Amino acid sequence: MLLGRTANGLYWMFRYIERAENMARLIDAGLRMALTKTSDAPEEWSSVLMSAGVKIGYDAKYNEYNASLVSDYLLRDTGNPSSVISCIETARSNARMVRTALTREAWESVNETWMVLKATLASAIAETDLPRVLDQIKRETAIIRGAFHGTMLRNEIFNFARLGTFVERADSTARILDVKYYVLLPSISYVGTTLDNFQWESILRSVSAHRSYRWVYDVEYNPVNIADYLILNSRMPRSLNFCYSNIVDNLQHLAIDYGARHECHTMSEAIMTRLENNEIRHIFDNGLHEFLSDIICETTSLSNEIARAYNFD
Amino acid sequence: MKPFDEMIQSGGLVRPPYQQLKNWLDTQNSGRLAQKAIDAENVFRKTGITFAVYGDEEAAERLIPFDIIPRIITGNEWRRLSQGIEQRVMALNAFLDDIYHRQEIIRAGRIPRELFMHNDAYLPEMVGFRPPGNVYTHIIGVDIVRTEENQFYVLEDNARTPSGVSYMLENRETMMQLFPELFQQIKVRPVETYPKQLRQSLAAVAPPGCKGTPTIAVLTPGIYNSAYFEHAFLADQMGVELVEGGDLRVENGKVVMRTTEGNRAIDVLYRRVDDAFLDPLTFRPDSALGVPGIMDVYRSGNITIANAPGTGIADDKALYSYMPEIVEFYTGRKAILENVPTHRCSEPDTLKYVLENLSSLVVKEVHGSGGYGMLVGPAASKKECEAFALKLKANPKNYIAQPTLALSTTPIMTEKGLAPRHVDLRPFVLVSDRIRITPGGLTRVALKEGSLVVNSSQGGGTKDTWVLDD
Repeated sequence: MLLGRTANGLYWMFRYIERAENMARLIDAGLRMALTKTSDAPEEWSSVLMSAGVKIGYDAKYNEYNASLVSDYLLRDTGNPSSVISCIETARSNARMVRTALTREAWESVNETWMVLKATLASAIAETDLPRVLDQIKRETAIIRGAFHGTMLRNEIFNFARLGTFVERADSTARILDVKYYVLLPSISYVGTTLDNFQWESILRSVSAHRSYRWVYDVEYNPVNIADYLILNSRMPRSLNFCYSNIVDNLQHLAIDYGARHECHTMSEAIMTRLENNEIRHIFDNGLHEFLSDIICETTSLSNEIARAYNFD
Repeated sequence: MKPFDEMIQSGGLVRPPYQQLKNWLDTQNSGRLAQKAIDAENVFRKTGITFAVYGDEEAAERLIPFDIIPRIITGNEWRRLSQGIEQRVMALNAFLDDIYHRQEIIRAGRIPRELFMHNDAYLPEMVGFRPPGNVYTHIIGVDIVRTEENQFYVLEDNARTPSGVSYMLENRETMMQLFPELFQQIKVRPVETYPKQLRQSLAAVAPPGCKGTPTIAVLTPGIYNSAYFEHAFLADQMGVELVEGGDLRVENGKVVMRTTEGNRAIDVLYRRVDDAFLDPLTFRPDSALGVPGIMDVYRSGNITIANAPGTGIADDKALYSYMPEIVEFYTGRKAILENVPTHRCSEPDTLKYVLENLSSLVVKEVHGSGGYGMLVGPAASKKECEAFALKLKANPKNYIAQPTLALSTTPIMTEKGLAPRHVDLRPFVLVSDRIRITPGGLTRVALKEGSLVVNSSQGGGTKDTWVLDD
């Protein structure tokens, strides 16, 4: 038994930590694309904003897209609730609120990340400094994850935290794919052009999967395999399949602990079934974009259902 | 006159309780000690042992400076102090019971009735109601100052929601990490039993209808409260829930908290929310920090609130000057611990005296706290005194005055080595079926040379406080 507010704090603390990390990856991928010069940089940055789900807020503030404005908005803008600084601030507030549910190591790792990143992001980041800062963000969030995994009891507290992580990650991966779904469509892409290769690599890079892809598939990028990897592969830690299998698992633990199943259980299992018993060809045939937007919508509803089931709506 | 120093006597002799520490200090090189001081600060920052200063946005969370030189009290000194404290908290609880029932002390003419009339701290809602276990103030922090070897005074009785106990515990924890060898050489009485005792103490005053192990929770105003760290710390150490007003509601005559498995009843609520915010239906209607209807549940005996609403009347500064009478009236003995002689400015002759002697007195607002709104005569400029005199004349009954006490000093670590600074002491007391006093307490120290203001909001720091096991 936890306070509803505590479950809420754990869930959102980990959603925001995950989000901060995803922001760093997105900027990383955007930078890489801009470096290739073969791509239209403003368009690339605009799609980074779209994947981050903050394009509307950005457009209200700026009317051009470039590396320094976009990365500033995604890293440091306190008016952007999904910027890294906002995410870390929110994650840490939530951590303070649920402090009694965290081990000392877990709390200290979040507190330290907050201190370090607040200092790093206090002033504008020069473009030459970006790679270092992005690395630092990824490293800090990795330390939080390590402290959490190394010290936390595997109980309901752990389950709510993990639910936050995987709901956020599923949403992020689905968005990244959906923003770029057209470059994956076989009808448009003709294998081999440099531009396509860069686009494909960028997608993989946004989920830190450009190296592991080669271990699973082939040295050559291939859009169908990329989609398969990020949607259906059960071992790739940022794929939809992997996220949902973890969501189902953690909800299952809660159902056993509390002796009760809710709508969120039925819902997540239904989505999982679709990810397990599916072929990537089949998804393409029925429309990749349709499939992804369904997942994005359903993930949002699932998040609401989890909050309702455990009294933190 | 030079104030009493707890370590060094006149003539440069080291007082016996500090001898072992002094010997050890003499063997330490200053670089190592300075590094230890930095280590200590890092520990506090990393753990997030911070407090908030209201209206100070940039430094929203600050550390209370910690000094690594412990303050030492002998076993004998402590025995006398704790007897005095015990007598005082018994009197406070007896007084509260009386004042909300037959008011014998007023009938006996020992204190004037006007003190309660129009005093916000006195709650009519509590009249005729007896809290579970007949305890009103469960958790008390008694502020004590010392002026001579054997002269202690009680400065105030914090009988509502005293804070600082987490610093007492973390200070000890930090000292044991930094200087384990010292604790092997010097036998110090432990403080770390406090959270367990707090839990036992709260459980012992559960409502009579509560069967089995009572469910206890700590009620906090939330993460923006200046003492939030302490609220979380205590809940954590006791292994109970830390709740906010929004988590609670009244259901079927009980106060329940909203959990992942539905609503659960609470038996004992250790609240760190002021009376005025506790129940918007009874007190301030705009309060979002409390629980609508909790007072009804309380009055029907279905929850224990610690400390009880209305205890503030016992530590009201207007009442302070009557404490010697109060202690004697309820315990039948003279107060073991003395009060600081106090002038009530509401009395015309006294006002005249205070105005004539402003430069040697400390004048405090009756309802003030945190060291704000007070005048420290000897430290104030002529202009400040004149400005204060005007305020005083405009509303004399809002003020009390006390002689400036030569507070004792203990050494702190400065860049130039050890230097004496003024200190006070806040021991923590738990009252339930019995009285438990943790040996020591929180020593607050004015870090500025010569300063007498020890409040953390105004540049005070803290020290670990050792009661010797001798």
